[in-house]
Amino acid sequence: MSVKDGINAAARKFPTWPLYLAALAYAGWQFWLGLSGAWVEPINTLERQYGEAALTMLIASLTITPIREYLRINLIKFRRALGLIAFFFVVAHFLVWALLDVQSLSRVWADIVKRPYVTVGMVGFVLLIPLAATSANRIIRKMGPILWRRVHKLVYPAVLLACLHYLWLARGFQIEPIAYFVVTIGLLVLRLKPVKRRVAA
Amino acid sequence: MTRRRIDRLTQDDVTPKELWLKRRQILAGLAGLGAIAPMGARASDEPLEPNTFEEITTYNNFYEFGTGKSDPSKNAHKLQTEPWSITIDGAVEEPVTLDFAALSEIPTEERIYRFRCVEAWSMVIPWNGFELSQLLDRVTPLPSAQYVQFETAVQPDNMIGVRRKVLNFPYREGLRLDEARHPLTIMATGLYGEPMPNQNGAPIRLVVPWKYGFKSIKSIVRITFTEEEPFTTWNDLNPSEYGFYSNVNPNVDHPRWSQATERRIGGGLFNSRQDTLMFNGYEDEVADLYEGMDLTVQI
Repeated sequence: MSVKDGINAAARKFPTWPLYLAALAYAGWQFWLGLSGAWVEPINTLERQYGEAALTMLIASLTITPIREYLRINLIKFRRALGLIAFFFVVAHFLVWALLDVQSLSRVWADIVKRPYVTVGMVGFVLLIPLAATSANRIIRKMGPILWRRVHKLVYPAVLLACLHYLWLARGFQIEPIAYFVVTIGLLVLRLKPVKRRVAA
Repeated sequence: MTRRRIDRLTQDDVTPKELWLKRRQILAGLAGLGAIAPMGARASDEPLEPNTFEEITTYNNFYEFGTGKSDPSKNAHKLQTEPWSITIDGAVEEPVTLDFAALSEIPTEERIYRFRCVEAWSMVIPWNGFELSQLLDRVTPLPSAQYVQFETAVQPDNMIGVRRKVLNFPYREGLRLDEARHPLTIMATGLYGEPMPNQNGAPIRLVVPWKYGFKSIKSIVRITFTEEEPFTTWNDLNPSEYGFYSNVNPNVDHPRWSQATERRIGGGLFNSRQDTLMFNGYEDEVADLYEGMDLTVQI
């Protein structure tokens, strides 16, 4: 049995619930670090930790298809968990920003309207809402695969907006937001290839 | 002549670290319970309680050592501070170079200042230092000199941020000559009575308390008198975000975020924002430097 087959077999047996549990544990642990005084500036740090977790998970969900296409390893059963976890961290990121950082509803609204990087992040968040709302099996069946797939293409603009949101926030030349952006672009480019092949054939 | 600020606060006025730490924990707890929520409390109403040594030395912007707030405290041990000297040159009759021994002979005093970062957080820091004018008086400027430019050391082998070209290094800042000679403007060589920690700009740095923190340039090796407004690093990178003056001004927002409020470091996860004060609370002392200027335009 090849390594590939081994991974595929193991993936079939491995349940998805530990992913949700790990995400909750990580979120709770970060919150505890903020609460316990482990960070000098807990509000901004927690906001960043949740934001980076959201983007990381969003990008992770985008790796599932290329891994299947190029490596013939099927991890698709974990994709919904990765996407929902990403959404969960987006919500956590938003709540820390609104409630602990900005601390006032009128200023939250003012920032969304006035600050382009906040606007961009907010639009990305809103684009993800229909994706999270249509992840239950019952709804997927009701929608049918064509409509469902079309709706879930919103993840592409959402992840690009998330990258822009992160890039825009940086002062000076910073590596991390650029790295996230480059990886995202790479994962999106990989999706263009099979289409070209089909056209050529 | 500007009004001189007599600073009578001394080390004796600094609340012992353990005592106020405990106090702050209680306050943070109460705030968390919603018992007290001093939204928009004025910074000038509260006594200047310095941040802890640990807060001041582990939450820094010093891009030569990385862009994360904790990067400088992790990486700045590599900064080579011996030997050290400051060259004062440019539009002066005769340039001088002072080594650190000569700089150390200048008597220092404690100045407890508010420190407001352009990123909308703030601290209170008990600096040790001397007025910059004492250093500037070591040279005779030409009558045409109007500004001074400051330059940070560049040590690529020791500075990861310099190797990554995070900014256009060497880091440079500048002041108008009257700002530089203002008695509030100091060269700091220490904090909490300790020699300046590397991550805070060892061995000697500028502190201009009524301007955003990035004006208070660290680890200075050169001071150049100039006739024209000098090149300054952040202003060059993005003039609409970082003006040459960069006075703390709650009425002029940074294009990407509001400057109306700030978060004082040390208040925990449920810390409230407080109003930012014009000139960071030093309006009485420095406002006359900018008489006749439109500070919403000349930022």
